[in-house]
Amino acid sequence: MKILVFMKQVPDTAAPISVKDNQVDASKIDKYAASPYDEYALEQALQIKDKAADTKITLVTLGPARVREMIMQGLAMGADDAVIIKHEPAKHGELVEPNDLDGLAVANVLAAAAKKIGYDLIYTGTKGVDDDQGWVGIAMGELLGLPLVAGARSTEVSGGTARVLRDVEGGKEKLEVSLPALITSSQATEPRYPTLKGIMGAKRKPVLEWDIASLGVAADALASRVERVALDMPPGRQAGRLLLGEPNDQVQELVRLLREQAKVI
Amino acid sequence: MNFTLSAEQKLFKQTVHEYSAAELKTRAADVDHSGAFNWVAVRKMGPLGLLGLTTPEEYGGAGVSAFEAALAIEQLGWGCGSTALSVAAHNSLACAPIALFGTHAQKEAFLRPLASGAGRLGALALTEPGAGSDLAGGVKTTAVPEGDSWIIDGSKMWTTNASVADLMVVLVRTEPGSGTHTLSLIVVPTSAPGVTIAPPEKKMGLRGSPTHAVSLSDVRVPLENLIGVRGNGLQQTLSVLDGGRIGIGALCVGLAQAAFDETLSYAKQRHTFGKAISQHQAIQHMLADMATEIEAARLMVYEAAYLKDEGKPFTQMAAMAKLFASQVSERVCYNAIQIHGGYGYSANFPVERIYRDQRLMAIGEGTSEILRMVIARQVLGV
Repeated sequence: MKILVFMKQVPDTAAPISVKDNQVDASKIDKYAASPYDEYALEQALQIKDKAADTKITLVTLGPARVREMIMQGLAMGADDAVIIKHEPAKHGELVEPNDLDGLAVANVLAAAAKKIGYDLIYTGTKGVDDDQGWVGIAMGELLGLPLVAGARSTEVSGGTARVLRDVEGGKEKLEVSLPALITSSQATEPRYPTLKGIMGAKRKPVLEWDIASLGVAADALASRVERVALDMPPGRQAGRLLLGEPNDQVQELVRLLREQAKVI
Repeated sequence: MNFTLSAEQKLFKQTVHEYSAAELKTRAADVDHSGAFNWVAVRKMGPLGLLGLTTPEEYGGAGVSAFEAALAIEQLGWGCGSTALSVAAHNSLACAPIALFGTHAQKEAFLRPLASGAGRLGALALTEPGAGSDLAGGVKTTAVPEGDSWIIDGSKMWTTNASVADLMVVLVRTEPGSGTHTLSLIVVPTSAPGVTIAPPEKKMGLRGSPTHAVSLSDVRVPLENLIGVRGNGLQQTLSVLDGGRIGIGALCVGLAQAAFDETLSYAKQRHTFGKAISQHQAIQHMLADMATEIEAARLMVYEAAYLKDEGKPFTQMAAMAKLFASQVSERVCYNAIQIHGGYGYSANFPVERIYRDQRLMAIGEGTSEILRMVIARQVLGV
């Protein structure tokens, strides 16, 4: 069985984020990592491979040169090979906007790559933790005409069927879908650490580099249909308010504020 | 010497760092407080390769270089001194003598399970109530051949890992007298009848790394459990300790780095006299010294590991690296507490624990005094 895992490299959750001219200032970001949901996706795929050794996992990513680090890590965790679709984000004035393609444009590119590679099952994370929009996986499913399960926690494959467990509010849901299919992952058992052996072997695994142009995606499919009007940092925390006076008055004022201002009681 | 990390080494270091941050650092305070061995974390080390670092791949190890092993031990020490010490001892004291001097059959029987991490850890039992730095004359534990067995009697002290180990490599006297060729190393399963492991010692630090007195009374093990050449136990031990010192040096660097990291972030957020204390020159000078000394110690550890990997003599450099790194961890942790002020003395801040943990580093695997003797002999050529 052939599984494609689509991964995105995003600013590390500990990296400093600043906003300038309605864009994320990429020059301030000192560390990138795989989006955690994509790591869940890879872990789910690896668990299928653990049970069926003839499973082949190909990582696919779109991004600039730095994504190779993430790909090395994925290969060290156990993926078999990888395709990097090269894309250097455009400069807007003095700033680099890392996500200069909108979700549908990315989905068009990735869907073209998926067709070129071939697959029985496709995984993506439910969303990238940078833009947090969550539409690339779903749009790809539509573009490829595949049945889609979103927000999977685990998958079991037998024959031409995938049984997917997903969390629903207060419970669990089991779905069956026939392959080929696309699954987006919202969780998994903790993604495994790369092993030392895996790390040492990662460099010998094939990594192909493709240009977007070689995928034959029509120019209008790459055009952004959504325009960002504003991007702001969350407001800074307000200073706390100190209640003064007799304890009885303080309590009454506190209860009043909780009810009328904070509206939590 | 070129210490630029290859892509693989970078990924390896990053992987161990992330593992240490997630599995060790988060539990380090609990481990210190309860004295419970962090099995949850150590169980995950087997698949990663951390329990067979320099064990050859053909025996299930990761087969990394001494340099790469030092990178790993530093990252583990950065997360939790206790767990790092146990893992360092497992690798460089228990696995190493079998890997260095054992036969193919011994490696299959003893080394493979240790390196896989499927079972428990390994230990090395050298010191005794009356034998510490003076092993040659001091060791009283004896092994006498009888039929197809060694019969071992005696007692050992300060055995790291004994209660979490499946086997111990034990230094015993196999020949009469107290000469330099009267000792041997023998593998003893901790489950062998006659082996009694005392409750863990109550220690100043490293409380999550169990240290035990072990008594051996009429313990019988097969003759083929003797490692290497009978009578060469002292030489084999000293050679194992040379390698172990690189690991302890790396552990010192990790502990010092952890104390420094805590202190740097504290100094930036703690305000006195209207500004962050990191803006006071007195604090800046301490931070500058700490950073400088940590880097110097790290490079000495790297050099010792490099010499070992090159097959060159490294006894002197390993001794120097451990001596200096343990002094650096002491000074860095002292200043880490100083910069934290009263909070640094409180058990609620990690620097208090790291200060206690690092104190052993000037004692275990060669005291600073023994190391100076080793270095002096080398520089004097005697």
